[in-house]
Amino acid sequence: MPNYLLVDFGSTFTKLCSVDIDAEKILGTSAHYTTVSEDISIGYNKALNLLYDKIGKKIEFDQVIACSSAAGGLKMAAIGLVEELTVEAAKRVCLGAGAKVDLVFSHHLTKNEVRRIIKEDIDIILLSGGSDGGNSENVIFNAILLGEMGIKIPIIYAGNKSAEDDIRDIFEKYDMDGYICDNVMPKINKLNPKCARKTIRNIFLKQIIEAKGIKKIESEIDRVILPTPNAVLQAAKLLSEGYMEEKGLGDIVLIDIGGATTDMYSICYATSRSDVIMHGLEEAFAKRTVEGDLGMRYSAPGIVKSLSEQEIAFINKEKNIDIVKEVNERYKNVHLLPHDERDEFIDQFLAEMCAYRSMNRHCGRIHEVITPMGKVFNQSGKDLTSVNYVIGTGGVVINSKKQKEILNQTTNILNDQTQLRPKDPDFLVDQLYILAPMGLLAQKDPRLALKLMKENLKELK
Amino acid sequence: MKTIVIGVIGADVHAVGNKIIDYTLVNSGYNVVNIGVLSSQEDFINAAIETDADLIMVSSLYGHGEIDCRGMREKCIESGLEDILLYVGGNIVVGKQEFNEVKEKFVDMGFDRVYPPGTSIDNALEDIKEDLGE
Ligand code: B12
Repeated sequence: MPNYLLVDFGSTFTKLCSVDIDAEKILGTSAHYTTVSEDISIGYNKALNLLYDKIGKKIEFDQVIACSSAAGGLKMAAIGLVEELTVEAAKRVCLGAGAKVDLVFSHHLTKNEVRRIIKEDIDIILLSGGSDGGNSENVIFNAILLGEMGIKIPIIYAGNKSAEDDIRDIFEKYDMDGYICDNVMPKINKLNPKCARKTIRNIFLKQIIEAKGIKKIESEIDRVILPTPNAVLQAAKLLSEGYMEEKGLGDIVLIDIGGATTDMYSICYATSRSDVIMHGLEEAFAKRTVEGDLGMRYSAPGIVKSLSEQEIAFINKEKNIDIVKEVNERYKNVHLLPHDERDEFIDQFLAEMCAYRSMNRHCGRIHEVITPMGKVFNQSGKDLTSVNYVIGTGGVVINSKKQKEILNQTTNILNDQTQLRPKDPDFLVDQLYILAPMGLLAQKDPRLALKLMKENLKELK
Repeated sequence: MKTIVIGVIGADVHAVGNKIIDYTLVNSGYNVVNIGVLSSQEDFINAAIETDADLIMVSSLYGHGEIDCRGMREKCIESGLEDILLYVGGNIVVGKQEFNEVKEKFVDMGFDRVYPPGTSIDNALEDIKEDLGE
């Protein structure tokens, strides 16, 4: 009776999920604080004991596979030429690979920008710029500056093919840890993420895991194979597309509201309509965006920052809450758990804001152009109006008493005709925290991972 | 190979001429970057930067060319494209205005070549060759 143990070393919690492969069942899940600063195995072993308690006995695992976003996750800097083109392409490739994009730079780098790369402990740099045969000057300038300033962290070059040989020479000359990939934007508005994404993953496996203190535990687990957000993206893609005879859910949106970020994933094509003209950089079928200023604890101040004074006054008066003070408390005490109705109300409010705002930035926009032949539509970004499901995950969603109210914020509640938000989706909640684990299981047994997701995601009526 | 960015500017959806220009220029041996209809000045400029283009060829068919093209040269200069060639053609203004006046306006706006209505792309090939040297 083979059992798998799937582990997610999260920034706050280490989460376990055990699966009985023959019985096709989840045996149990458990969680404990991640203990990466002391020794990551302490938290892991505590979570493991909790899991044994839940199952009622100690069991053997044939495979232990893990994903990780501990110790700040995979931190990347994305560098390109023009903001809307290669900069955006580079950023999207990083996000799709499950990274956090802490720094984004365009045009010629400055020394100060390179110093920030060093200071902010970036794990990997993605350097792009120029379509194939296009601008080479900018990437060569940037590579030389990075070399001159002694950058030794891994750099992936994924820019203009015509500059590749020069870049290789620069990597060699300055003894840099360089990797050469296909251009992330070989033609204007064409996105080509594959090669760079694969290289990010390989570097993550080879070097980053060790640097994040996860190597220590390697005797106990078989492999750490993915950054957590990448595992979630793969789970979402599988859930949408289906696998062989096991049907998928079709077009979906997934929102993960965390302490520091709100991650949003959409699995669908940019549009299915024939009367729209698409604009801007090509959209990926499986897309992830991350909002670093929208989160429940560490990033809570970011939510309030964008409210007007009038709005803050309204909330304060209506609910008798000093929202600014509350938010700062959450920023200072990131482990705060709500213990009364008031706390719950504030967390609910913050979560709804995260959901509303992150969808604002994730969804596409559409504008009408009138012609005598009727209307033509000019669209940028993804059309999410007809997604079947919006799925919620993350502590605040899972623990909320009003889950639907949070997820409903992703729909077009203000009836803004220019925003392509989901229109009338059904809502699901990842009540058992299984999405990342199922992304891992999907690497071995996609059919089972899909089946377990379909059985264990909770439908909100 | 010389690179030319083409597209139709503003809220203009006339797509047929754009396709013909693409076809003609490719067959004449140019690297064509076609950003299509409904393109803004920024779309042209961004594409020209990334592709290291030599020439931006703006089409305007629906009559609002003057409004749509104003300020484009200044933006090119700001974006480091001070030397890029700018052409404009199609039906760049409404109705049948005196073309010399129209041309003067667009030249003042920084366009290197301005074409009257009815000029097909074939007529411009000579100019392109002269300006780009191939
Ligand atoms: C088909 C058509 C439409 C279709 C377009 C369908 C489509 N998606 O392509 C529809 C019905 C949608 C349409 C709408 C409108 N149209 Co219309 N349309 C035409 C029509 C009949 C043919 C255009 C065409 O395809 N020609 C064939 C191609 C091959 O030629 P071309 O576009 O001119 O391009 C060639 C040359 O101009 C040149 N060229 C183009 N750009 C450049 C650039 C350079 C640098 C150079 C050298 C050469 C060059 O090379 C091209 C290839 O050889 C013309 C009339 C006409 N006979 O031209 C009117 C015409 C262009 N339309 C016109 C108008 C006014 C409109 C509307 C504003 C009507 C309205 N009141 O709503 C709307 C605007 C819609 C919008 N937002 O863009 C006017 C423009 C008048 C003006 N500029 O003064 C025209 C001239 C009709 C007219 N005589 O009044 N239109």
